Amino acid sequence: MKGKPRTGLAAIAPFLWLGVFFLFPFFLVAKLSLSDTVLAMPPYAPRVDWGAGFEGVRAFFAALDFETYDRLTSDRLYVASYLSSLRFAAVATGLLLIIGYPIAYGMSRFPPSQRQALLMAVILPFWTSFLIRVYAWIALLKPQGLLNAALAQVGLGPLNILNTDTAVYIGLVYAYLPFMVLPLYAVLEKQDQSQLEAAADLGCTPSQAFWRVTFPLSLPGVAAGALLCFIPMVGEFVIPDLLGGSATLMLGKTIWTEFFANRDWPAASAVAIVLLATLVIPIMLYQRQQQKMIEATQ
Amino acid sequence: MTTTRRPRLNIGAVRSSFAPWTDPTQKPLVRFEGVTKRFGTETAVNDVSLSIYESEFFALLGPSGCGKTTLMRLLAGFETPDAGRITLAGQDLAGRPPHQRPVNMMFQSYALFPHLSVEQNIAFGLKQQGMPKGQIADRVVEMLELVRLGGLARRKPHQLSGGQRQRVALARAIAPNPKMLLLDEPLAALDKKLREETQFELIALQQRLGMTFLIVTHDQEEAMVTADRIAVMRDGEIVQIGRPAEVYETPNSRYVADFIGDVNLFEGYVTSADGKQVTLSTPDCAAGLEALEDDALSVGSHAWLGVRPEKVQLHLDPPKEGPNRLAGRVADYGYLGDWTTYVVELESGRTVRAARANASRLVARPIACDDAVWLTFAPDAAVVLTR
Repeated sequence: MKGKPRTGLAAIAPFLWLGVFFLFPFFLVAKLSLSDTVLAMPPYAPRVDWGAGFEGVRAFFAALDFETYDRLTSDRLYVASYLSSLRFAAVATGLLLIIGYPIAYGMSRFPPSQRQALLMAVILPFWTSFLIRVYAWIALLKPQGLLNAALAQVGLGPLNILNTDTAVYIGLVYAYLPFMVLPLYAVLEKQDQSQLEAAADLGCTPSQAFWRVTFPLSLPGVAAGALLCFIPMVGEFVIPDLLGGSATLMLGKTIWTEFFANRDWPAASAVAIVLLATLVIPIMLYQRQQQKMIEATQ
Repeated sequence: MTTTRRPRLNIGAVRSSFAPWTDPTQKPLVRFEGVTKRFGTETAVNDVSLSIYESEFFALLGPSGCGKTTLMRLLAGFETPDAGRITLAGQDLAGRPPHQRPVNMMFQSYALFPHLSVEQNIAFGLKQQGMPKGQIADRVVEMLELVRLGGLARRKPHQLSGGQRQRVALARAIAPNPKMLLLDEPLAALDKKLREETQFELIALQQRLGMTFLIVTHDQEEAMVTADRIAVMRDGEIVQIGRPAEVYETPNSRYVADFIGDVNLFEGYVTSADGKQVTLSTPDCAAGLEALEDDALSVGSHAWLGVRPEKVQLHLDPPKEGPNRLAGRVADYGYLGDWTTYVVELESGRTVRAARANASRLVARPIACDDAVWLTFAPDAAVVLTR
């Protein structure tokens, strides 16, 4: 019986954490999105007039409205930046799959003793700061950068990649590759080799065996990797900000602009809330996929 | 529900007359010729030559690591021999990858495709053959009936019991109608009762289909019950090939005698051999031991006399004079229900096992530990082994 209070605390801890660091900020942002922008400090209204007691609270709620959301739908810029963000994330996810699948597949076919080293190699970039790695790409891609210097040696170029959408794609694929490779590797590594032998025995060439057995069995990993990359990429800010050009339209940048340049906190909050709402569906899909994978391994 | 009753098949009678290996005009379906396979410095299969005939149920029997599975995998194409050749229906299989070989394998782990339903698993090989859709559906239904999995067509493998999975694996391997079915420890994962039932089902299935079966097993009972012929393997080599009864009753070595069933071995020297009967002098029996043996053995040569526990008679009273009489006392016994095995310690200190069928439920004077007993066995119950 002694252990009981402690178990209770352990059970509460994650909820406490989520409450303080997720739910509370979320309601703050949600409230902000229903406010109006004003020229003041802070730059939004209404605020609760605690001195007026209950009347003040009522007046506060009465002043909240969905006007900002109306603006989001009517202003072309917002709609465009949503669509553009989704496009960036979707295309980058596709590229990640095309690049990440062969890497994960290759790793899983190495003898087990060497797989650890390869796994290390995939994780190794995490040891350096993410920001430094993005800056490194600037050094590589800029007009007088390493890439163009190398191309000039063989009489090619120069290529103008930095500050274009291409640079954003390069940055996204580079930064998110481990998140694609690791879940794919996890499912591919677990595959029972005798299933491939059975496929060969039943008349499959190695490539037919791949498409009829290996690939369908790796779909949970494909889904996990794709969602794990797609969800954060939609809201990505650093990569489009540093590598993209002025024409690169992504939600992270839009939120930043609204917040810091336009000082329109309600608009920034509303964009963030809509982003969250859009991502709820893929996040739920991801959760379900995870659940399935856990069940399948039991 | 209507069930069609199939005429009863007297498998024992059918099979005792089946002996293509004795007929020199018969061409074997599969022939291993001097096949050797090494893994690094280890020789898994060493210069094996073997013929398997059409419609035969052939068993490769041996302990784990004896090379039996490697031999089967060489035939399926998952391994390539380092020396020798394998032919199937007269054609050399060298260089043919597994997907081009007309044999199908049932894997020990079953290796069912977890993302496919039972019917899709069974249809897998048929689709690969390019069979038209309608025909595939018919064949799948036929296979499901054959292995009695009628209502489970839509289930996924993880929704099946071990025995049902085993049937799916079997149906999947049979469906493409291979020239030969390879079964790698097909019953190892089943519990004892189910294993015994399934052994008989396998035989009935093989008889109905007339297909050639090659089974790999470490379970001597499984091999004895199912196979027309057994090849006993040891350290990558075949030690003996024969019908189950031949291998059991006339083993050619101590290894075979001991691996298949239980055996009491008496070591000694040949004192007389007339081409019919051999007498052995052994420290375990002053009068010497006798066995029927038509091989002419040279007098004075080293040999072993082997006799199986169920062929040794146990007496409480001294039996009348005759050959092969041993006196001792019961050191231990094990009651198995149908049989009781007695461990009898001879005056020489050697222990001999004797098995007795428990023919009646109540015994007036049960044999107990430390009882003085006599053991006898007929000369024709014993074999002489020289290696």
